[in-house]
Parts: sequence; C-alpha cells; structure tokens
Amino acid sequence: MTATEVMTTTIETGTNRQELTTPTIGANILRPDAVDKTEGRFAFSSDLWAESMLWGKILRSPHPHARIVSIDTTKALNMPGVKAVLTWDDIPGNHFFGLEKKDQPVFAHDVVRYVGEPIAAVAATHPEIARQAAEAIEVSYDPLPAFLDPEEIAPADPTVDSTRRSRRDSEQDIFRHISIRHGNLDVQGEVQVEGSYEVGMQDQAFMGPESGLAIPASDGGVDLYISTQWLHVDRDQIAACLALPPELVRLHLAGVGGAFGAREDITLQIHLCLLALSSGQPVKIVFNRQESFLGHVHRHPARMWYRHHALKDGTLVKVEARIILDGGAYASSSPAVIANAACFAAGPYRVPSAAIDGFAVRTNNPPCGAMRGFGAVQACFGYETQMDKLASALDMDPIELRLKNALRTGDTFVTGQVLQGSIPVAEVIKEAASAPLPPHLLDNPLAMPGGAGRCSDTTKLRRGIGFAVGFKNLLYSEGFDDYSTAKCRLDGDTITVICAAVEVGQGFITLAHQIARDVFDTDKIVFSAGDTNEVGSAGSTSASRQTWMSGGAVQAACNRLRDRLLTMAAEELEVSPHQLYIKNGRIVSSGTSVEIPFEALSVNGPIEEFVEYHHEPTYLLDDNGQGDAHVSFAFAAHKAIVDVDPELGLVRVTHISTAQDVGKVLNPIQLIGQIEGGTMQGVGLATMEELIVENGVVKNPSFTDYLIPTALDAPDIYIASLIEQPEPGAPFGAKGVGEPPAISSVPAVVSAIRQATGAPLTRVPVRPQDIVFSADNKRPTADGVLK
Amino acid sequence: MVATLDINLKVNGRDYPLKDVWIGESLLYVLRERLGLSGSKNACEQGECGSCSVLLDDTLVCSCLVLAADAEGVEVTTVEGIEGTDMPSQTETATPSSRPVGDDLLAAPGSVPHRHDALHSSYQNPVDTERIEGELLQATPPDMHPVKRAFAAAGAVQCGFCTPGLVMAVTDLLRHNPHPSELDAREAISGNLCRCTGYGRIFAAIRLAEELVQQSPNLRAPSRRAQ
Repeated sequence: MTATEVMTTTIETGTNRQELTTPTIGANILRPDAVDKTEGRFAFSSDLWAESMLWGKILRSPHPHARIVSIDTTKALNMPGVKAVLTWDDIPGNHFFGLEKKDQPVFAHDVVRYVGEPIAAVAATHPEIARQAAEAIEVSYDPLPAFLDPEEIAPADPTVDSTRRSRRDSEQDIFRHISIRHGNLDVQGEVQVEGSYEVGMQDQAFMGPESGLAIPASDGGVDLYISTQWLHVDRDQIAACLALPPELVRLHLAGVGGAFGAREDITLQIHLCLLALSSGQPVKIVFNRQESFLGHVHRHPARMWYRHHALKDGTLVKVEARIILDGGAYASSSPAVIANAACFAAGPYRVPSAAIDGFAVRTNNPPCGAMRGFGAVQACFGYETQMDKLASALDMDPIELRLKNALRTGDTFVTGQVLQGSIPVAEVIKEAASAPLPPHLLDNPLAMPGGAGRCSDTTKLRRGIGFAVGFKNLLYSEGFDDYSTAKCRLDGDTITVICAAVEVGQGFITLAHQIARDVFDTDKIVFSAGDTNEVGSAGSTSASRQTWMSGGAVQAACNRLRDRLLTMAAEELEVSPHQLYIKNGRIVSSGTSVEIPFEALSVNGPIEEFVEYHHEPTYLLDDNGQGDAHVSFAFAAHKAIVDVDPELGLVRVTHISTAQDVGKVLNPIQLIGQIEGGTMQGVGLATMEELIVENGVVKNPSFTDYLIPTALDAPDIYIASLIEQPEPGAPFGAKGVGEPPAISSVPAVVSAIRQATGAPLTRVPVRPQDIVFSADNKRPTADGVLK
Repeated sequence: MVATLDINLKVNGRDYPLKDVWIGESLLYVLRERLGLSGSKNACEQGECGSCSVLLDDTLVCSCLVLAADAEGVEVTTVEGIEGTDMPSQTETATPSSRPVGDDLLAAPGSVPHRHDALHSSYQNPVDTERIEGELLQATPPDMHPVKRAFAAAGAVQCGFCTPGLVMAVTDLLRHNPHPSELDAREAISGNLCRCTGYGRIFAAIRLAEELVQQSPNLRAPSRRAQ
C-alpha cells in the first residue's frame, strides 16, 4: 500500500485524540504470547535445539563442608561421546561470581561449602552419556565440620546471647548486620508482649526448570539463550568469568517458565558458555527437578525475636526485634534481603521508637537469596503474630489495634524516612476485614482437611478466621540506580518496542503492548527483549519494579518517538506540531482532513528513539539504620478462613479475602492473576512448603516431597477491593503488584489456624505435629467436650 | 556405552520410525528431543506435575513416566495434536463422573456451586471477569481448540509452562464429563501443578471451556481415533 492510497482514506476530523482512541491502559488485551503458550508452540529455554548440539551435566558436592583432596576426570574424558569435562582449572577468567559479592566459585576448588555445589561440568552427545560421565568423575573429599545453625553465629533471642553462642562473631560469617535505632530507646510500654518465631526454607518452585543453550560464535564469543530475570547482570558476570569483553557474550532471552526470585542468581549460565567454548559445539543443559532444588537459591529461613511495647489504649510506643536469616554458603542477595527484613520489621505501623537488629549469616546450608517478598515475608510473620498477641493482651479487637496504629502519608518510618505518596494502610485493612464471610463447611469430604484421604471427622472440624496486613518496598533501595532502557522504532507501519525487561509470566509484554497502542493508536506493535548488544539493561524482573521502571522506559521511548513523528509531520505540513495528533496509525491535523500515515514518515528508513529511565534517587542507611532508603511502598491485607481437624493436625484454607494497594489498575485480569498467584504462595508457606535441610542435605528435593498447593488445596480467593490511589511519580500512578499478595497471606492463614486450635503456632509452615502436640490445642476429649 | 534400539511411534496421526533410541528414553524425551514436539513440558520428570501430559490411546498419562519403547502400538496425542474442532472425544459413550475417586461421595454434576457462587449474594468482585473473558475470547482465533481458547481468554496463562499439560487434562475431563462440578474440575487437574496463577483463572478457563464445547456441535463428533 502506498502512502497516497492510505492518505485518501477519510476519517473524522476536528476531534481530539482522547475521543478518537480506545485507551487500553486499564483495560484488557489478550496476552501477546497466550495463543502460542496454549498451543505448545512457545519456546521455553528447555525447548531449544541446535544442529550438533551437546548435552551438559554438572557434578555436585555431596558434602556440606569438605576439603577436595583430588579430582580425576580421566575416566569421564575417555568415555565415547564425551566432548568436554571442565573443572576450576579450565576457567579462563574470574573464578568467582555473585550478585553483590563475587564470592561464589564457578566450580569448587579446594573446598566445597554446601551440598549441591558445582565441582565439574561435562558435555556429551546424549544426556545419558553426560550423566554417566559426570558420575565417572572421581572426587576424593576430606570432610570438615559444617556450620549449620545460624544462631551459633548470631542468636535471635538476646537473652540467650551469651550461653548459646559457640562461634565468635566475625566479618566472614556475617554477610551483613543492620542495626536500626530510632526514637527514644528508653521508653517502656505499659503493655509488653514478647515472642520468638521461625520461618522455614521456602522454594520458588517455578515450573520451567533451569535451562539454556549456548552456541559458540565465529568471532570467539558466545550466544547464550537463557531463562533469567536480568539479562545484563548475567552477561556481566559471565563475561568476567570467560575473560571475554561483554559485547562478545550475547544473551538472548529464551522463554521463562516462572522465576519468583530464583533466577536472579547465576546457576548454569557460566557452565554452559564454558562447555560451548571448550567443545566448539552448541551445548544445552536442562536441570531435572532435583538439580533445580539444589541449583538455585531459596527463601531465607528466619529466626526472629520480638518485643512490642504499647500503651493501654493500644498505641504502639516501641518495637524491639532481632532477625537472623540463614544465608547459606554464599552471599547472593543476602545483604539486601536482611536490609528489607530489618526495615520492615515493625510492620506498616506508626512506631515512634525502634531497636531492630538484622543479621544475614553464612552457614554450610544451601545458599539463600531472592524470593517474592524478599525479606518482607519473614518479618511480616513476626510482627503480625505479635500484633495478634498484643491485641489479646490488651483485650482489644485485632483489627481496631491495627487501624489505630496504621501508617499514613506524612508519618515517619522507623528508618527516619518521612512517608510520601499513597500509604493506604487503613484502607486495605478496612476493606479486607469487612469482606463477607462464606457459609460454613461444605458438605463434601473432598473439600475438607485431608481432602481425598477422607480422614477428617466432620463433627470435630473447627473453623478459624485470621487477619493480617503487610507491605513492601517497590524498586531497588539504598542508593541502587536500577534504571531501565527502552527503544522505540518505527519501521514501515510497524512500531517495534525493544526492552530487555524479562517476561517471566507476569505479563510485562502485555503492558508494553498496551502502552505502545495507547501512544500510537495501532495494533501493529512488535515487542522484543532484544539481545544484550541490541539494547541496554532493563534491570531485574524483581522487586515489583518492571511496571514502574520498564513501563516508564517504554512509555517515555514511545512518547519521544511520537513527538519526533509529530515534528516531522508538522514540518511537512507546515503547521505547528500542537495541531497534530495520532489516530489509527496516522498523523492527523486538527480541523482538516490532512493526514500522514506512519509508513510515509519512515520511507527513508526506520526512525528510532531511545530512553534510559531512572527513579528518584535513594540513599544508604547510616549506622543507626536511618535514611531515605526506599522509593515507594505497597500494602495488602488478607483475611483467611481455615478448617482444621485438631486431632489430625490437618488444615484446609477454604477462603481468603484480600484488599491491595495498587495505585492504578493497568490490566485487571493480569492483576487478578498476580494477586491470586501470590496469595497461593503465601498459603503454601503457611501450610505446607518447606525444604527440609538436615546436616546440610536437602531431604525433599522433588515435587513428591516438597509440596506446593494443588487445585484441591487452593482456597477461593476473593478480591475485596483494589485500592486505587495514584502514586505520585509512578508512570500511570501504578504500583507494582507482584509481591504484596505473598506477604500478609502467610500470617493471616496462621492466625486463622491459631484461632481454630488455640495452639501458639510460632513457626511456618504449620505442621500437623505443631497442632496435634500443642498443649493449648482445643482437642475434643473422648466425650466430645473441648478441653 | 548406552544400549539402543529402533522403535516406531504413532503421534498425532503420523508414523515416526526412530533409529538408535537409548532404551531408557522416556516418551517425553523422544517427543521433545527427537520429534521436535516440545509442547509437552518437562517440569519434574517424575510424574508429579502433569506438564508432560499426553493421551495414550484414550488414557491421560504423564509421558515422562512412559518409556518411549513402551508407546509402540498405541496412538499418542500431544498438545500439538489437540487442534481446531478435533476434540478427541468419547463424550457419546462416556458417563459423567466416570472417574474412580469420589464417585459415591461427589454430589451430582453441577450441584456444587461454581466458584464465587457461594458468596454471590454478598460478594462483588471489583473486576467483572466474565465480561473480560468474553472480550478476550473475541481476540482469540476462532478456529483454535475450545479448551486452548478458553485458557487464553480467561487469563489462565502466565508463564505458560503448565498450560499444555492442563489443556490435555481439561480436554480429557470434558470428554468424560461435559458438565463437571467444581470439585470434579479441581480433582481432574489436581495432578497438574501451576505456580503462577493460584488456579483461580484456571478454574475460570475450565468453566469457559465447558461452555465453548457445548456451543460447538462439531466437537461432539467422534475423533479420528474413535473411528
């Protein structure tokens, strides 16, 4: 179609753009990848294939702490079909990698520090040959004492400080100690409640296992097709280990089967590239589920001690807390996770005085790092359990206590930061608390605790209702400039948006299409993550940040291209750009029938604009944990209803109502998906999910033994309210929505079980024995009377 | 080093003679790596997640637990073979709720309220999801298989790794049980793990698929295998 033909099309004139277009922000469009994903055509990283492709396999440590005496790869190298066997000595560049500290070896050298640590990698013509070759590598170990109890390094309960400590605090064993001292530390509450709490090790348990395909390039570099959360930070770590300039290490985003934090750290990326460069052939690695459980970082297990001080009317006056996170063998993102846990330890409440200590410590347990909620999840279980305990001590309604202390805009946070923007804590509390209650027990055994096992006795079931509110920071904190980059290009009549923001399932690609459609009023939109040479960093898909940061970058790039197109058209038409607007993929002049189609503007080649988008600067916390460290906060509240069989300790979460602070709804159906999915991960942590680590060994690295909620476990989730108070400074006024649902859902469920049983339940996940063997359990006696 | 053999598979109506297959290769591996049918996914390879679900003749199985050599002599249908108006259907001969678990205890089909109906009088979802599903349905290709269409339109797809397996499981459910109760539906997909959605939009997709199948008389025609 020529430009002339297009220009003959008549359109309504004299109408402004707002009336002509159908904005898609706030509406729904079909996910651009939904059809391919349902048809089975969408290429995940594990689906990739290349001519003469080899299969890689990683040999891992069976010991939590041991000296490596010798490694003999002779047998493996001599096996037919084996093309490469690599160890520490084969790493050309930096031997260590890491997100914050480069402390994790690509292959263990003199010592192994956790069970599952990579020691060698093999590439072979068939995955079974690779597996056998990895097994044929002979490693001789001299086991060393393993440090497995984080409280040996820093006890949570300060009263046992001197008696329990068996290891001297040392810088090497503490990834970070953060100390918050705020207000008048001498103040004492008229009412005080104290408690110790524990959070087990949760796994992200995404469905698509770690996988990738590395292809050696003729220029001496490598192309890596990979599922990750942040292409450019992977690229930088890989290039340093390969001793290659970053531009020779090209990362391409392959389909990502969920992430939830577990893909922030390097897992197999460096091994893949080393094997490909060493063998000169493409190499693919796909973790099986056991390797996935061993190969990525987990949510930090936590031990927490709390003392809350309040006036008799419920006004909080001081919170004391100590939070110990077990960081495992390597730093990963532990320093940032403990900062979050400490900053949010007092909850979304006005707390004039606080003494909070957070420690992330090194042990020989599996390394822990990012998972949805990032430190806020552990703290929320502590402070919300304390708030229930305080309400009970005050004989006060727990909702009223929370409302009385709820943070508002203008309040001062425990870090000294004065809260700006939208802080609708009271709103989420009120909306979730007032959600209607469902009818009582369904008359169907499959819907009862124990499900298909049909073991619950209907006459003994008890129902409990629990409530909690939680919050988290959005975007990176403490001075980190997690900018995002986007390009927007007109080529012919097609708008191409290039942004390395990783789509992990959350729906950023849908939002990018929505933004571009709104600016250009066309559905001829192509979105691409590009490769690492094609576009700059978009930052990580984490910290609920991509809607804000990459949404902001894409919007700014689109606007910049639009302005350029309007200017070009204005020169051609000899009018002011202000008289022009975009409708239906054309530039239209107000009050006239003149219009220019996009393709007429790009006849001389593509037109491209580029934007690097930054958020407002934040600042480091000082020695007292004071400083404007955070950009923005998002809040959510949950009301949970559970049925419990107190004799068997079985729990079924039947309903959860939630209200969430979202700023502005950008895509309702995707928003619901985030809220329901995040809430379910909280239900999982509250009731079933724990990686059980004994002597440093993960005992349940499979979906047979590490349980995540199934469709039969899933409660009905009711969205009581979406609080839309636009956040100043955020594109569209929208807040990130991914993490808040996974935070307060945990204590809400446990609070409900506590109400049903009377058991104190200071640990998640709640296990049957925690209920059955609790002295406070309101078990029916033989005569049916509750004791 | 590894023992091999030749096998012949019939997948989605097509014959595949295969040479030098390691005897330990699963049907899932052969589908994905030898036949290029990577729609069947490899989330756990131990029969727990359902993402590799295929039909062996008319039986829904986890293809990771089936040796490829064992799939000789049966017809394999993968997610790529569930297409258009081809519902691999046994509807005309199947009885509702024919599954063995819970027959005696399950209420009659349809008698258990749909999700949210229990609170219908007092609960108002701030998002009109059924209207949105209708709108998004219009944006899906009309010749798509109704179960796939329903998943796309209901917002049941996030990362999408579990989706093909769920499409197989729900297709299998609806051909045995065209009007599943809520618990029928939950039970039918309880072998399919999803980590993204919390299952809410998947339940919505099943309800939508049920309607779409009913509106498509072609879908009740016996499949080519049944002929």
